[in-house]
Parts: sequence; structure tokens; C-alpha cells
Amino acid sequence: MGGTGNSPCASCKLLRRRCTKDCIFAPYFPSDDPNKFAIAHKVFGASNISKMLQELPVHQRADAVSSLVYEANARVRDPVYGCVGAISYLQNQVSQLQMQLAVAQTEILCIQMQQDQQITLPTTPLLFDEDDEKSFLLQNNLPQFLNFTPFNNSVNCDSFKKGTLYGHDMVS
Amino acid sequence: MNSTRCAACKHLRRRCPSTCIFSPYFPSNNPRRFQYVHKIYGASNVGKILKDLPENYRAEAANSLYYEAYCRIKDPVYGCVGIITILHQQIHNVQCQLAGIQAEIAALSTQSQNEDNQYQQTLIAPTLIQQNGVPNYTSYYDIPTWFD
Repeated sequence: MGGTGNSPCASCKLLRRRCTKDCIFAPYFPSDDPNKFAIAHKVFGASNISKMLQELPVHQRADAVSSLVYEANARVRDPVYGCVGAISYLQNQVSQLQMQLAVAQTEILCIQMQQDQQITLPTTPLLFDEDDEKSFLLQNNLPQFLNFTPFNNSVNCDSFKKGTLYGHDMVS
Repeated sequence: MNSTRCAACKHLRRRCPSTCIFSPYFPSNNPRRFQYVHKIYGASNVGKILKDLPENYRAEAANSLYYEAYCRIKDPVYGCVGIITILHQQIHNVQCQLAGIQAEIAALSTQSQNEDNQYQQTLIAPTLIQQNGVPNYTSYYDIPTWFD
């Protein structure tokens, strides 16, 4: 007998035949797990499983059986889509995660740009322009203080006026 | 009987009746579709699967059976399961990347907030200037150090 000890393997039990010592199913469908072969046989058929295993080298057959049983289980659970349902779901997940990643990468770029702009503000104080002095005196908010042009007339401070750069946290 | 046999009946060398379960999903112009499905599942099993389903689901079922058969022929060891494994790995990789970037964003935001808090605590010049009406240049010298 090809099965463990004297008992036939699960496939030969189900197929009601003699389990020979060179039974192709015996190593992969032990008699203590009859459902494994039952489900694979239901979806693929013993003959097709046998042909597929015969076409493979021995060291790959165990993995092939595992994947066949997995697919068979998926097909029984979902007769319409089988494994393809799982693939579709996972592909969707990958797309969503990649979108989230793109958003996060954009966000970090914005933060880094903000910090770079903070760093590039001049370190030496410069004289006021008259107009800028007036606009400064009228301003009470700290964020707008940082927008103050006299520090460097060449700096385009319009971008600093956008609330999103410094965020509402700047305003006490 | 169909005047043109479907791919399944052609392959099986039999008559194609008008009630053939295969003919709507395995047209004669695509013989490979049925060949793949027959090689992996067998015509009998495919017929059973289709018959057990309501008619409006059979087209999708035939498509998924063909896809799985195709994957199994291309990869006889893992078939569709190989694709699932790769997708799981991709998900894991992207999740790791995302977690790393989100941690970096949190760190940068915290750092930025701390710097902002320092500004607010030490900045008193605007109030003094408004009271005096004259800008106090000394106070502006302090600002650059906040950028250090």
C-alpha cells in the first residue's frame, strides 16, 4: 500500500481503489485528511490532478498540491470568482495603499519645503522701506510678522501669507 | 443544434445542441479558451460548476475559470496562488514605506511645532513697537537666531 502503514491514502480511499506503493497521490494526500483530496477532486478531478503532478519534478509536487487545494477551497467558497476574487481584492488594496503613499510623499515634500523656506530667511537685519514699516505696524499677528518684507526686500513673501504653510498653530 | 459548434463541442468532437451549457461562454472563435479550461478542470467539472450557478453569474464564472486555468498553465506549481503571494508581498512593502513616511511626517511636524512655540514664547517686539510707534531694531537682531 502506498499510504501510511497499511492504510490506503485519502485519494485511493475516495476513489475506492488499491493504493499501490508508487501511488502518485499518497505522499500528498494522507489518509488522516480526507477533506483535502475530496475538495481538490471536486474542483479539478483526480485524473487532472494526477496529470499535473506527473508533469512536475518530485520536489515541486508538494507545493503544487498545496496551491491546488488552496484554489479548490477558494472555488468552493466562491463558485463564481474563486481565487480571482481574492486577486481582485488585493489589487484594489495595493492601488489604495499606493495612492496613500503618494499623498504622504507629497505631504512630506511640502513640509520639507516649508522648513527650507524658514531656513533661507536672512540672518542679518536690513533697513525698512517706508511702506513696509507701515504695513508692519498695522499687523498684529505673528505669522504676518514673519512675512515682513524689510528683512529681505528680494524675498517674495506672498507665499508665506498662505495659511496652509504655517498652519493655524502659528496663531495663538 | 447550433450550425456552428462552440469551441467546447468542437474540441470534444460532439454535436453542439441549442442548450449547450458551454456555447455562450466558449465561442468557436476562441478555441484556446476552452482548451486551457479543459486541461486544468476537465469539461465535466466546468459544466457542473456552470450548471450550479444562476445564468447571470455564468459568464463571470467562465472568465474566472479561464483566468485560473491560464495562470496554472503558465505556472504549473503555484498558479493563481503565486500571484496572490506576490500581491501580499507588495501590500506589505507599501505598508512599510507608508509607515516610515508617516513617522517622518509626524517627526517633522513635531519639530516644526516646537520651533513655532519657541517663537511665540520669546517674541515680544511687535507689542513694544506698536506702543512706541518707532521700530526697535534691537529686537530684530534676535530673530535670526531663532532660525539657527
